[in-house]
Parts: sequence; C-alpha cells; structure tokens
Amino acid sequence: MAAPDPSLSAAIAVTRFGLGARPGEIAEAAHDPKGWLKAQIRAEGADQPVEASPETAAQRIAELRQFQQQRRAFKQAAADKAPQAEPARDPVKMAQKLLRQDTAQDFLARARLGATTAAGFRERWTLFWANHFTVAAKNLQCALVVGPYENEAIRPHVFGRFEALLTAVETHPGMLLYLDQAQSIGPDSRFAELVKARAARFGARGPAAGRKLGLNENLARETMELHTVSVNGGYTQADVTEFARALTGLSIGGFRGPAGQVGETVFREPAHEPGVRTIMGVRYPQTGEAQPMAILADLARKPQTARFICTKLARHFVADTPPPALVDRLQGVWMASGGDLAKVAEALIEAPEAWAPPEEKFKTPYDFVISSFRAAGAEPQDIRQVATILTALGQKPFDPGSPKGFPDDTASWSAPDAIVKRMAFAQAFAPRAVQGRDPSALAEQALGARLTPATATAIARAESRPEGFALLLMSPEFQRR
Amino acid sequence: MNAHKPSRRGVLASAGALGLSLQFVATQSFAATEGDLARKKFVFVICRGGMDGLTVSPPVGDPDYARLRGAIALHDEAPKLDSTFALHPALAATYALAKAGEARIAPAAATPDRARSHFEAQDVLESGVPRVYGSSSGWLNRTVESLARARKVSALSVGPVAPLVLRGKAPFASWSPGRVVDASARLPILLQDLYRNDPVLGPALARGLQTEVMARQAMDSVAQMSPDAMAATPSPMGQTGAAGAQAYQRQGEDAARKLGETLAGFMREPGGPQIAALSLDGFDTHANEGAATGLLAGRLAYLDALIDGLHRGLGPEWKNTVVAAATEFGRTARVNGTGGTDHGTGSTALLLGGALKAGGIVGDWPTLKEAALFENRDVAPAVDMRGLLKGVLAEHLGVDRAALESTVFPDSAAAKPVANLV
Repeated sequence: MAAPDPSLSAAIAVTRFGLGARPGEIAEAAHDPKGWLKAQIRAEGADQPVEASPETAAQRIAELRQFQQQRRAFKQAAADKAPQAEPARDPVKMAQKLLRQDTAQDFLARARLGATTAAGFRERWTLFWANHFTVAAKNLQCALVVGPYENEAIRPHVFGRFEALLTAVETHPGMLLYLDQAQSIGPDSRFAELVKARAARFGARGPAAGRKLGLNENLARETMELHTVSVNGGYTQADVTEFARALTGLSIGGFRGPAGQVGETVFREPAHEPGVRTIMGVRYPQTGEAQPMAILADLARKPQTARFICTKLARHFVADTPPPALVDRLQGVWMASGGDLAKVAEALIEAPEAWAPPEEKFKTPYDFVISSFRAAGAEPQDIRQVATILTALGQKPFDPGSPKGFPDDTASWSAPDAIVKRMAFAQAFAPRAVQGRDPSALAEQALGARLTPATATAIARAESRPEGFALLLMSPEFQRR
Repeated sequence: MNAHKPSRRGVLASAGALGLSLQFVATQSFAATEGDLARKKFVFVICRGGMDGLTVSPPVGDPDYARLRGAIALHDEAPKLDSTFALHPALAATYALAKAGEARIAPAAATPDRARSHFEAQDVLESGVPRVYGSSSGWLNRTVESLARARKVSALSVGPVAPLVLRGKAPFASWSPGRVVDASARLPILLQDLYRNDPVLGPALARGLQTEVMARQAMDSVAQMSPDAMAATPSPMGQTGAAGAQAYQRQGEDAARKLGETLAGFMREPGGPQIAALSLDGFDTHANEGAATGLLAGRLAYLDALIDGLHRGLGPEWKNTVVAAATEFGRTARVNGTGGTDHGTGSTALLLGGALKAGGIVGDWPTLKEAALFENRDVAPAVDMRGLLKGVLAEHLGVDRAALESTVFPDSAAAKPVANLV
C-alpha cells in the first residue's frame, strides 16, 4: 500500500471514524490524524449529553408506576363517584409529559451532543455499543428508560473492560424491562411455592388466583445470541433455559419492596431458582446473585464473543464485508487484553484497512442527519428537526424495532424511496443551514481531500447557495463515510 | 395538515408511525398485456416477531389446546372454521373470506430453520435458502427474475427499508408514505448527473423518482378516505389511558386499511406491480399476549384491516389475486411465566384471495399431544413454508417449475410443492 496522503487521512479520521466534520475540524486533525483519534479514548468513558435529564432510569420507572397507580385510583374514584381527597393529577396530561417531554428531551440531548462534540470518534464508538446492546422504545415504559439506560449503563463503560460493560447492561432496569426479565420467576423458587400453597388454600378466589408464575427466556436468549457468543456460539436451547433459570431473581424494585428501591435493579432471592446450573458445559454451583454474574463473566470472556463483536466493529468502521485479517487482529487484541475496549479501539485506529479509500460505508439515516448539522456548523433546536426525517427513513428515534438494533449495511438504507427522502430533507435543510455562506467553502470544510472534482464542480455551478449545499449533502462522498 | 380536508398521504404517514411497514416492488413500468397470467397478482405479508399460530387459528377442538394455553386460550368467541380450528375474533374480514372459500390456513407451517432466533429465521423465510445467511437475495426477487424471462413483470417495495425477500438482482423501485418531491426541480436532475457512475445511488434515485410519480397517480385513484382517520396524529411511543389506546388502535386499523387500499390501487394501475410484499412487526409476544383482546389481538386487527383494504381495493382484480401471510416461527405451545409465549417452531400461514381453490386446512395437523410437540414445547412443523410458496408460485403465477427448484428455492427438493391451492 502506498503511503497514505496525510490530508486524506485527516478527512477519513473525522468523517469515517467520527460523525462528520464541523468547519475547521479536518484542519485540527491534520497534523496527526491517528493521535487526534487516540486522544478521544479515555478511561472515564463517553461524554454525557449536556442537556441530559437529571432523572435516572429508576426514577422514571418509579414515576411511571406512580402514574399507573394514580390512574387506577382516578378511575376507581370516578366509578364510585366519591369526592376525591385531593385532586388527582390528570393522568392523560401526565402521560403526555412523560412521552413528549422526557423521551423527546433525551433524544434531542443525544442528537445535540452528536452535532456539537469535538470528540466524534468517542461518540460514534458509544453509539455502536448502544446499538449493540439495544433497548428499544417498544412501549411507554421502555421509551422512558432508553435515554437514561444509555447514559447510565453504556456511556461510563465504553472504554473499560467488556465484562464490566456487559454486566452493567444486563443488570440495568432498562434492559430488565425491555427483555421481560423483571417478572421471570424460578418455577421451583420459594416464591413460586408460596403462591402455589396460597392458591391451594384459598382456591380460585384467593389472593393469588389466576397468578401464573414462571420463566421468561427472553433476556437469557438475547444475551447469548445478540450480546455475547452469537447465534453460532455453540449453545443449545437447554443452555438458554438454564441461563434463564439462573437469571431468575434479577428484577426491578416495586412499591411493596423496601423504600428507596422502587425502579432500581434488585435481586429477589426468594424468586431465584435454586440449584446448580450447567451452561455450555460449565457447572455453576454459586447461590443467589453470584450465579448469573459468574455466567455473564464467562460469556464475556469467550472467544466467540470476541469474534462476533470484532466482526461487527470491523463492519461498522470499515466495510459491510469486513476484511478477515482485520477481524483476526482485533480479536487477538481483545483476547490478549482481557476484553479491554480501549485497547481494541486503539487497534482499530492502527488498522491500515480503516484508512484505505474508497469509502465503503453508506451513512445510516442518523449519521446522515447528524453529519448534515455538523457540515453546517449547526445543531438541532427541536426534536422534530431530527425525529421526522429519521422516522421517514426507517430509523425511528430510540426504536430499532427489535433487540438486534439497527442494521449496519448499505442495502438496508439505500432503497430508492430512502434516497428520494434524503434529497427532500437536503432541499428543505439547505436554505436555513447555508445562510449567506459559500457552499464550495463549506464542502471543502466538510469533506477535505475526499471532495471529488465532480462534486466540487457541481457545487460551483449551482444556481443558488442552498442548491449548492443540498448538492454537497447528497453527493456520493457525503452519503458515505 | 388541514383537519377538514385531510390528505390521504397524511393517513399513510400515520401508519408509518405505528411501526406498520409496507413494501411492494416494481422492476420497470411495463404494460401488462400478455394474457391471463399477466393479470395474476401476488402479495406476500411478513409478520415479524414470531406470530403465535395457536392464537391466529386456535385449534379449539384439539383436546390438549385449552389445558396448554390456560388463560390465553380462546373458546367460543373465536368463530369456527371446522371441527378443530377457529379464527381469532379480530380476524373478522379474514373469516368472512374463509366462509366464501377465499381464505385458508396452514396451521403447522415452518421454514427449515430450527434455531428459534428471529433474525436467522427471518433470513431463512425471506432468502428461501435453507442455510442461514446463505443468500443475499430473496426468493421473491428471484421469482421476478425468473418471470421476467417469459413476460413483463414488475414489483415494488413500499417502506423505508427494502426487505431481504425483495432484494437481489432484479431491479426494484420502492415507495413509502412521506413527503412528495417536486420532480421538476433542478436538484434531482443535477444529482442524476452526479450519480452517473454510482452503483448504489444512481439506480436508486432513478427508481425512487419514477415511483413518486406512480404513487401520486395510484393515490388519486383510491376511494375517498374517512375524515375521522385524521383526527389526530398518534404518538409513536404509546398511548394515554384505555380510551386513548382504543382510539389509537382504531386509527392504526384505519391506516392499515388505507394502506391495503393504496397498495391495491397501485396494483390495479396499468403497468403497476403484479408482485408486492409488505411487513407488519410487533408479533413477539413474550409477555401479556392476551386472548380475545390484548396485545396480539391488536396486531391481528391491523393484519385483518390490511387484508380487508387489499380485498376492497382490488375489487374485480381480487379474483386474480393470492395473498400469503407468514411468520418466521411460531411460539411455545405452553404459556410462559409472564402470560406470553417464547420462541417456537410451527405456526399458521394464511392464504387469501379470489384465485384460491376452496378447501380445508393446508397440510396435516400434528396435534398438541405431549408426544407430538416438537422438542416437547412447540407445534411440530407439518408443512414446509417453501413447499407452500412453491405451490402458489407455480400454480398461480406460472413460475417455471425447474426455476422454482433451482433458483427460487434452491435445495428444496424435500419440500414438495403443495398442490391444488389455486
């Protein structure tokens, strides 16, 4: 390979590793593109969105449960026509507040961090992990916790050891809610026995009537399939079920539990399935919470986990079909360092494959929209400025629609309809974004040495400044990274 | 948006916000003129998430059903198809079609995949290849490719993300509800020039612009929509209170019906697509699945409204149409600890359309006896999904049988085409 052109390397550092160039950013990276990227790796993890809500996931869950209780009381009072001791808060208004205000604020805060950060690589690296460990806004509860989940479970751990990240994620109330772990009960646990005994004593009208308790496999399965060893990782249905048994007890505190634990992750010993578990040939004799933690630690250390995630990393940063030699190298660094994600990030920065033109990664809708704001040196002021276009392009805010997360390949995002919608967005965005500035100069700032003569010429010949800026956003090189 | 003179596009946009995605495919705008086969239409509906066949078409006459299903079992509220099977009460339009001999169920259909992973199973369902990630194209795309050798055929993807079943060598356009682009503006022309040598953006933009024009024509030919559908734009993330939920659900159903009608309008256009695929998500019911009402009932009501819209919109063309609705896998026969069901194997596939032959269930019913359950947990597979689809593609669309075995569904010799469906 010929020695890389330093000005091209600077453009690649900012646009492929980062989230797209803000004016002046490529020049800042030009003296040492690799050093500029490595300086963004830091032990304390990712940035927190400046405007993130001070509410934790647990507080959000507690607030929602309180709202649900009030709604029941509100309905009961209406049914009884009883005068209410104090005017209950209007449940409809409260739900609107929860959704429109909180979730929208979470997403906007994250988008504004993306549009303004000087550490674009750090944020891209973080978004990769948030997507790998997807919690999607599949309902009101989940929508309310996605933002805090990312800030609490993902961001602090993205440059630490994978095991710490995995443990933080799988024990976070957001994940427990999303993958239905919170109600999973050991069928032979003390709690299940108690309910059975009550049912026998009080019959069909007793306090436990109609209550069916048991396992839910969802978290166990997706932890293995999507978060660690992956579907070809060598586990069986029996391993999934065993893991689900081991995870029982891991739940979310409610109003009946100790005060101060509402919405927090708790381990309910009585709901935990007793006994030794065997998973992927390993016996886990531990009791209580130590058992699922030991299993998670083992899953984190498996070479299949390293292989799966290093393949995804190479796909995200280099090409839809990742170069096998790169995956091998990343996996080697992962295993040798005990899953030190800072070391893996450094290895990625050192990889020659990541610096080789042509750019093969087609931008996801989020990449496209955030990089458009960055190219203009602007930031979204209102949730609608990002949510409308992302929804239209199939990347709904906080809602990939499945625990697999959003896809990471060209074919998923380049349907004819999507290109027309990107063009419509560029047309609408350009007049406000370009203001009185020269689109040719903005193109130079946004793409540096990646700007092709064809695009530069088209922009130079544009009939208006907005038309030139829209051409920049829609150019083949801006659509890729 | 103007509340008094609502646009049809607005309704479609609200459907998008409901997580309802719709896809159909068109190669080029050919004039479909050659004979009867050229009129034949096929719509494939992907129900994503693992649709619970035991709730779609509950085997209420199976002696083990009520015991296994407990609180989520359906009883007399589900109208009966025969002595064993009923249909979920939310599938009212589907039931009316079944009574007219225009809908049939395959209650134990399955792909060859047994891993119980959504993503693997959807891949196998859509690729038509018995190995996971064995092909980057889908069987419907290869069907278009095969048909295109003999006659003019087109298909179209509606929705922001093209599904694997339609991806492949045969070119396709796509459309989804959203804003219209002024095709006379300069930007599209400049971009077409800039994309001259771009293998992804060039063809995509050209087809996207073509389809925008077609979409406007198709929508103009759809019947006038009801104004109450536009009363409010639903929030994508949930609802407030029971009344809100009901209104939200009704709005979703109305939008789904309009989507079905719009798709039908496309297909009735001269030169419109004969082949379409659309997908509905939200069938992954691990918790609080519900019975006659509840989570799954809501999704089934959307599916039913979509089918109803297609049926109404196609009008006289319904007799030339087959619709197949299938999922990646079924769910466990037993209820889990959280009032839901986990990933399983066999599930119900639905066949609908005026072109169908009347008849009973498709394939055998393995029953729910303990010994009959697959791996002691799931409905055992009795019909290979590929055999079912091969039967429809051969008999209805006239796809060459050799091509079916070699390119559309390679390595599927064990899955014999199901005969006498059409």
